[in-house]
Amino acid sequence: MYTIEMRNVTKIFPGIIANDNITLQLERGEIHALLGENGAGKSTLMSVLFGLYKPETGEIYKNGELVTITGPNDANTLGIGMVHQHFKLVHNFTVLENIVLGVESTKNGILQMQDARARVKALSEKYAFDIDIDAEIRHISVGMQQRVEILKMLYRNNEILIFDEPTAVLTPQEIEALMNTMRNMAAEGKSILFITHKLDEIKQVADRCSVLRKGKMIGTVKVSETSKEELSEMMVGRKVALSLDKNEAKKGAAILQVKNLQKSSGDGKPLKNISFDVFAGEILCIAGIEGNGQTDLVYALTGLSEVDSGQILMEGTELSKMKIRKRTEMGISHIPEDRHRHGLVLDYSLAYNTILQTYYTKEFQHRSFLRKDAIMAYARRLIDRFDIRSGQGEETPARSMSGGNQQKTILAREIDRNPKLLIAVQPTRGLDVGAIEYIHKQLLEQRDAGRAVLLVSLELEEVMNVSDRILVMYEGEIVADVDPKKVTFNELGLYMSGAKKDKVVA
Amino acid sequence: MNRSSMLSFLSSVLVIVAGLAIGFIILLISNANQAIPAFTTILTFGITSMRNLGDVLLFATPIILTGLSVAFAFKTGLFNIGASGQFTIGAFVAVFISLEFTFLPPPIRIISAILAAATAGALWGAIPGLLKAYRNVHEVISCIMTNYIAMLFVNYMIITFIFDPGNATSRRLPADSNLPTMGLDYIFRDALRPSFVNVGIILAILTAVLIYIILEKTTFGYELKACGFNKDAAKYAGINENRNIITSMMICGALAGIGGALNFMNGTGLAMGIVDVLASEGFMGISVAFLGLNHPIGVIFSGILVAYLYIGGARMQVFGFSIEIIEIVISIIIYFCAFVFLVKTFVGKGLVKITKKTTQKEEIVE
Ligand SMILES: Nc1ncnc2c1ncn2[C@@H]1O[C@H](COP(=O)(O)OP(=O)(O)OP(=O)(O)O)[C@@H](O)[C@H]1O
Ligand SMILES: [Mg+2]
Repeated sequence: MYTIEMRNVTKIFPGIIANDNITLQLERGEIHALLGENGAGKSTLMSVLFGLYKPETGEIYKNGELVTITGPNDANTLGIGMVHQHFKLVHNFTVLENIVLGVESTKNGILQMQDARARVKALSEKYAFDIDIDAEIRHISVGMQQRVEILKMLYRNNEILIFDEPTAVLTPQEIEALMNTMRNMAAEGKSILFITHKLDEIKQVADRCSVLRKGKMIGTVKVSETSKEELSEMMVGRKVALSLDKNEAKKGAAILQVKNLQKSSGDGKPLKNISFDVFAGEILCIAGIEGNGQTDLVYALTGLSEVDSGQILMEGTELSKMKIRKRTEMGISHIPEDRHRHGLVLDYSLAYNTILQTYYTKEFQHRSFLRKDAIMAYARRLIDRFDIRSGQGEETPARSMSGGNQQKTILAREIDRNPKLLIAVQPTRGLDVGAIEYIHKQLLEQRDAGRAVLLVSLELEEVMNVSDRILVMYEGEIVADVDPKKVTFNELGLYMSGAKKDKVVA
Repeated sequence: MNRSSMLSFLSSVLVIVAGLAIGFIILLISNANQAIPAFTTILTFGITSMRNLGDVLLFATPIILTGLSVAFAFKTGLFNIGASGQFTIGAFVAVFISLEFTFLPPPIRIISAILAAATAGALWGAIPGLLKAYRNVHEVISCIMTNYIAMLFVNYMIITFIFDPGNATSRRLPADSNLPTMGLDYIFRDALRPSFVNVGIILAILTAVLIYIILEKTTFGYELKACGFNKDAAKYAGINENRNIITSMMICGALAGIGGALNFMNGTGLAMGIVDVLASEGFMGISVAFLGLNHPIGVIFSGILVAYLYIGGARMQVFGFSIEIIEIVISIIIYFCAFVFLVKTFVGKGLVKITKKTTQKEEIVE
């Protein structure tokens, strides 16, 4: 008997069968991974289980009994909890308030927080979450926010826990901690459904793995008996190169020169006297643990925020006081860190999102009227070239696209502008292995075409594979300038944690 | 129709019926004997004669424009609660030109009055725009203040320049300052007399179409809506948000200002009073925009619907109902209708927005 069994579930969206007759069986106490390309229907399937979508056909059984789930409340009653791909927390509430929200206990209409506080404290200690339960959500890191989501499920005594791409937003250290938490929870008999694109993570924690492709269930396998290559082949339908072969970089002239950049305060760490160059024909990677000034540095380069002093020279032209539009026209592309905040207008169609910085150019406008045909044709071209999958093609509202395909849309737009400098912040976050392979190839292609690529990444694997040169940021400073071929993972880790520090001169 | 769309249709009808029922109950409580004829009146009076229908269109004219004003701001992510003040300023300028610029031949005078009203409204609307863009003052606060300033300023201007001490209002507009009826008075009339409906309603409809085109077909509209939907993404795209806030508020002001002009140049002999309440047309614009789902074409229909209820409602006075009760009944009906439309559109797009904006609770659907 299965803890949860979803039988023959079909869910149809306009223009697409997101789930096509899917049967999924979850055993008690197992960690069950769900793998599939972007848009394969993983989030949709989990949303059906959580009661957010009503499937066209199909049944859900809990411990062998047929149940109906028409909303998150039903799911909760049945002990099902979910951490969404994009968190759902109230930003100006505290951790504690977020956790009890919806299940507050009251006495004579007055909130009774004491019991709740004690329970949340106990839970947090049990899993070594190390969280300040009175901090407001907007003041805590993404990793902490995720712990809040997990505590929410635990507080509701959920037995079946759904994690939709929980690791996409975490640092390697946080991922390690999450894996441990998951193992502990499974050991207590909780059942976990775990969506991820990272095969290593599946190998590390999952017992079994179900693979979806284009809405269909390809099969469920025991992880211990299946190799990473086999998993990715099941998922994509072809062999995927998990490592990248690349030729030597042909380094050209300096495209971007950053000199003594200073910024006293910002969202993250202050920037302390940052200097470096990015050359044509190289991929320069900025590595570091999240929150060490990378965000502020990128904001400074792209114009999203101002700096206190220092110079940013693009082929000799001073940028630091220039408007964003001007910088874009100078040849800077920017794949932003937060795709929903900066990268997309979710209420616009896919097509309208592809012209976000170019809508006013001759190609897309005639006497101030948008040239709809040209825009649509352009979007179709990007869809073809970058294999962006969605229900209604160029007309699909960005909001209803899968996370990975949203990311691909941004990438397509930024790369297709043929920038001189491509600033890519975590460009592969949330992408499937096939898409990652593709993106990495694109970055290399840009490099080989003589463009400068500045890659900001938190993933060591990516840093080591893709880059030609690595700068490490720590506490708003650049503490290392190293060659990926000569540096070891371990050494990089030391730089990132501040244990080691070079005197770096650009 | 399949079962679920049938159900959703039925539930909408039910909500509207509930709105009507509550309205009716209020009438019953207020005066049981007259409730039935009064209720019939509000529902049917607007179509009992062509003249009444003409009056509906006449009444709809200014509120379509203030509705457009609010809807346009909304698309840019702004809440223009200042339509009332912009309307008043526009009205004053139009009335002033109509009264004082008699040296101009009537057609030119009429056109200049409307254009000047638009300009004045735009400048008035620019104030909250500038404050928001450069001083980060929330537009709702500054709009409320500019509303009162507009009202008091216009009172002062009327008394100083165009006062009619006999009526304690502005002087009445000369007949040759009225908007042409373009034959509409032959269509919309009953046995006794024609309605005052005039070319204003056509202007209002054309303006709505123009606004639709600006929002949906032009690069300017693309920018404005990008700012409205996602400020950060607009900034990232290099769109100048401040400039858009100011232009958007100026366009809103112009729309409401034209509304003010058309409201007084309609041949009814309406004069501008010395008032101590804000012009209600501005606030009706909020209901109209809301009911029209902030869509310019939707606003034409919602403007007419709201006008229809007001014309019928005003008539209920003959059954002895006080104006306050009538306003309550009308508002209840409008808000129940708006509720249906809102839920219908947002459920389609995912509940995210309403839940996030109105309740601050958890988001439910991504
Ligand atoms: N609310 C919705 N309305 C319309 N189409 C949708 C909606 N949600 C998802 N889809 C479509 O259904 C398909 C499956 O989407 P889903 O989000 O389940 O993919 P996924 O496997 O989670 O992908 P990713 O790895 O990119 O997150 C996609 O093509 C998507 O465009
Ligand atoms: Mg997903």
